[in-house]
Formats: sequence, C-alpha cells, structure tokens
Amino acid sequence: MRQVMSSEDLGRVVRRIAHEIVERNQGVANVLILGIPTRGRPFADRVAEALTDIEGEPVVAGSLDIGMYRDDLDTRPRTRIGPTDIPKPIDGADVVLVDDVLFTGRTIRAALDALADLGRPATVQLAVIVDRGHRQLPVRADFVGKNIPTSVTEHVSVRMQPIDDEDGVWIGSESDA
Amino acid sequence: MNHLLTTEGLDRASIESLLDDADEFAEVLTRPIPKVPALRGKTIAMMFFEASTRTRLSFEKAAKALSADTMSFSPGTSSLSKGESLRDTVLTVRAMGVDLMVVRHKATGAPWRLAEWLDIPIVNGGDGAHQHPTQALLDCLTIRQRFGTLDGLHIAIVGDVKHSRVARSDIYAMATLGADVTLVGPPTLLPVDLEGWPVKTTSDLDGVLSSVDVVYLLRVQTERGGASVFPSLAEYATRFGMSSERFARLSDDAIVLHPGPMNRGVEIGYDVADDERALILNQVSNGVATRMSVLFRLLGGDSDA
Repeated sequence: MRQVMSSEDLGRVVRRIAHEIVERNQGVANVLILGIPTRGRPFADRVAEALTDIEGEPVVAGSLDIGMYRDDLDTRPRTRIGPTDIPKPIDGADVVLVDDVLFTGRTIRAALDALADLGRPATVQLAVIVDRGHRQLPVRADFVGKNIPTSVTEHVSVRMQPIDDEDGVWIGSESDA
Repeated sequence: MNHLLTTEGLDRASIESLLDDADEFAEVLTRPIPKVPALRGKTIAMMFFEASTRTRLSFEKAAKALSADTMSFSPGTSSLSKGESLRDTVLTVRAMGVDLMVVRHKATGAPWRLAEWLDIPIVNGGDGAHQHPTQALLDCLTIRQRFGTLDGLHIAIVGDVKHSRVARSDIYAMATLGADVTLVGPPTLLPVDLEGWPVKTTSDLDGVLSSVDVVYLLRVQTERGGASVFPSLAEYATRFGMSSERFARLSDDAIVLHPGPMNRGVEIGYDVADDERALILNQVSNGVATRMSVLFRLLGGDSDA
C-alpha cells in the first residue's frame, strides 16, 4: 500500500472544502451535511466542525445510509446497514452529501434515491475526499479533496479516526486489499 | 444464513446483527414514506397452513416496506381441500416464481421439509408447538431497546410453556444473548424433559416477582389443549396471572411482554395490559422491523458476507 494523502493533507482538505461550501451556499444557514456511512460519516463530522469554526454558528452533520437502496444487492457481498439520522428537515435544504471515495457513482445514485424518499431538498451537492475516476453513471462531485487517477483493479483505502486508528489515504493493488 | 427455521443454535453474533439491522429498519418505518426499494422484484409467498392474523399481516407489511411483492395462501380455499399434498402445493407455488416462503403449519418440522424440497429460503412463521423464531427476535429487540442489552437480565416466561412455540424460540434466543431465563407455570404446563434447556423452573410466580427485569406472559392456548390441564381459568389467573397486585410488586423498571392475542383477565390483568411498562404494542411494531431484517438478510445479497 502506497500512501497518497497524510493526516495533514486530510485536515487541509476538510478546511478547504468547508470554505467552498460556505462560498457556494452564501453561509451555512440552509446547509444540511449528510455523511454516507461508513467513512462518509467521520468526514461529514469534520466538515461540520470546520463550518462551525468558520461561520460561528453550530453545524451538525447527519447520516444517510444507502444499504437499502443499492441496485447491486444481488451481486455484491452484503454490507451492514448503517444508521440514517437527519438532524433537520430535508425539504428546502441545501444538502451536501459527503462520502470518502467517488468511484462508479452508484453509491451516489442510491443516495439520491434515498434522499428523494425522505424529502425534497432545494439543492443536492456532493463532497468527496478522493475522486478516483471510472464513473459508470453521469455523476460529478462539487467539492473534491484530491483527484487520484487509478486503474480499476487498484484499491483506494481512506482511513479516518475514530473508525480507524489513523488518518490518511492509501492506494494498493488488488492483492494488497 | 440460508433459512430461518429455529433460534436453537443461532449464534450470538448472528442474532445481534439481525437486531442491529432491525433497529435501522424500525427507523425506516417512522419515515413519511416508510418504504425502501431493497427487495424490489422479489416475490414472497405467505404459506399459512394454520390460522394467523398478526404474523401474516406483519410479514406482509415487512415485505411491502422492502418493496417485495407478496402472495398469500390460505388453506381453506386452496387445493389442499381437494386432497393435494403439502409437497405438491409448495412445488406448484414455487414454480410460479417465488423467491422466499414464509410458512406456518400445525405440524412440527414442516418448515424443514419445505427447506429440503425447495431451492429458496424458508422462514418458519410457527410450526406446531415447536418454534417461532421471528417472534423471539422481535421480543429480544423490544427488550434490548429498553435495557440496552439482555446480558445479565432475569427473564421469567410464565404460563403454558409446554404448548408454546414462542417460549421454545425465546428461551434459546434470550439465553444466547446472555439472559437468565426462569420458566414459571404449573408443572402440568412445563415440559416434562428439560434436559439441555438453558433455564431454571419454578411454580411460584410470587417468588420471582421482585427479582425479574422482564415478565413474559404466554397465552393460555385453549386450542392446543392448554386449558384442560388446570382446573379453571379463574384458578390459573389467581396463581399465574399478572394482576395489578402482582404488577405493583415488580421492580420499577421491569417490563411486561405478551406475544398476543391476549386473554385479558386470565394471564394478564385488564389494567396491566394498558400500562406504559407493558410493551405489547412495541412488540407488534418491532415485529415488522424484525421481519424486514430477516427477509433482507435472506434475500438481500450474498448471505455469507
């Protein structure tokens, strides 16, 4: 495994993306940050913390699980269902979906379906730590930590406390995974 | 997990992960649109060879909340009354394109036979006086939501254990999750041979009241001969009914459960059934979430992961 982002890099990405979210939405009053479990959630919490620092008003992140919305339940190994908790009404909010890696785009498609069942946001934006390419659907991120060109067989591993015991991003070949 | 037939032998991690998912499905059921597309395109057949209202409705609601299609079978109007065998009936329904069957049958072991005959997951919705695993899971979920864990809890299962598939399923699930289970009932309604059961027994309900966290009241099952082994319903109520007086002697955070349908005034006092510590309607709501968890586990992707 080759490390491509350090803990410090990750911290800088969180702060920059937080600033970009404030700029795009002219503040945070109408912003709703939703992390996609598992590692979208700690990233969402850190972005919310940075937004709180920048704007001086409390921003709380929530979770949006997409385990029940995937279109490939028959073919991929079963993943655990994560929590969904939405801290304020979705209707009319500027929702920022937060995930660790943007790859095929299928997770985000599922997240958009899940959101539509929960309410009608004014806008939906997407923030990711890593965009590794190889999209299978017309999905693009509004806020990207780092574009990392990869081959399809490579494995991108984002680690984040408190889920993992360290922060950073690694790339490995399939045999390392 | 390929089928859910019994709670006997289900390991702790499997039960806990089913309950974890059930907690998330419970959240789905509180949404404005309480429905997710997880099992879209799957067909689930409800094969209830024995009368059932709540279990069948609960499974149907669970299947529909997962966007599965459902088919229902009732024995009275079926070709069983024309003499078709059980095997031919289920093979016929399977051939129509069914992805999972929920089966209830008065004969012990019937769901195991279906699991042998068919190449699809089978869920036991109650077989004779043997097993009713989804009831046990929803009971454990209800207790876990209240206490956080079953570890170290003292649970009394009161009444007609001998004829109760609910009790048999609950005993194994609750013991596996770390609870101490005491069976309470007249000797005639306790199983004769308790060798290997992870339980204690007593006929003295009053003796355990002060130490229990959960009182699980079983229904007096007149249809399974439960009423013929004690002198009268009134005597049963006097010795084993959860009256207001007995309820008052429970510890302040103890709860009362009942699988339904209740015989008010027999195993449960009229007022006790409506107390906020009688979580009987929570059990019903949790039943839907628990069955969603089971159906999703058996049909939602690779079962080995």
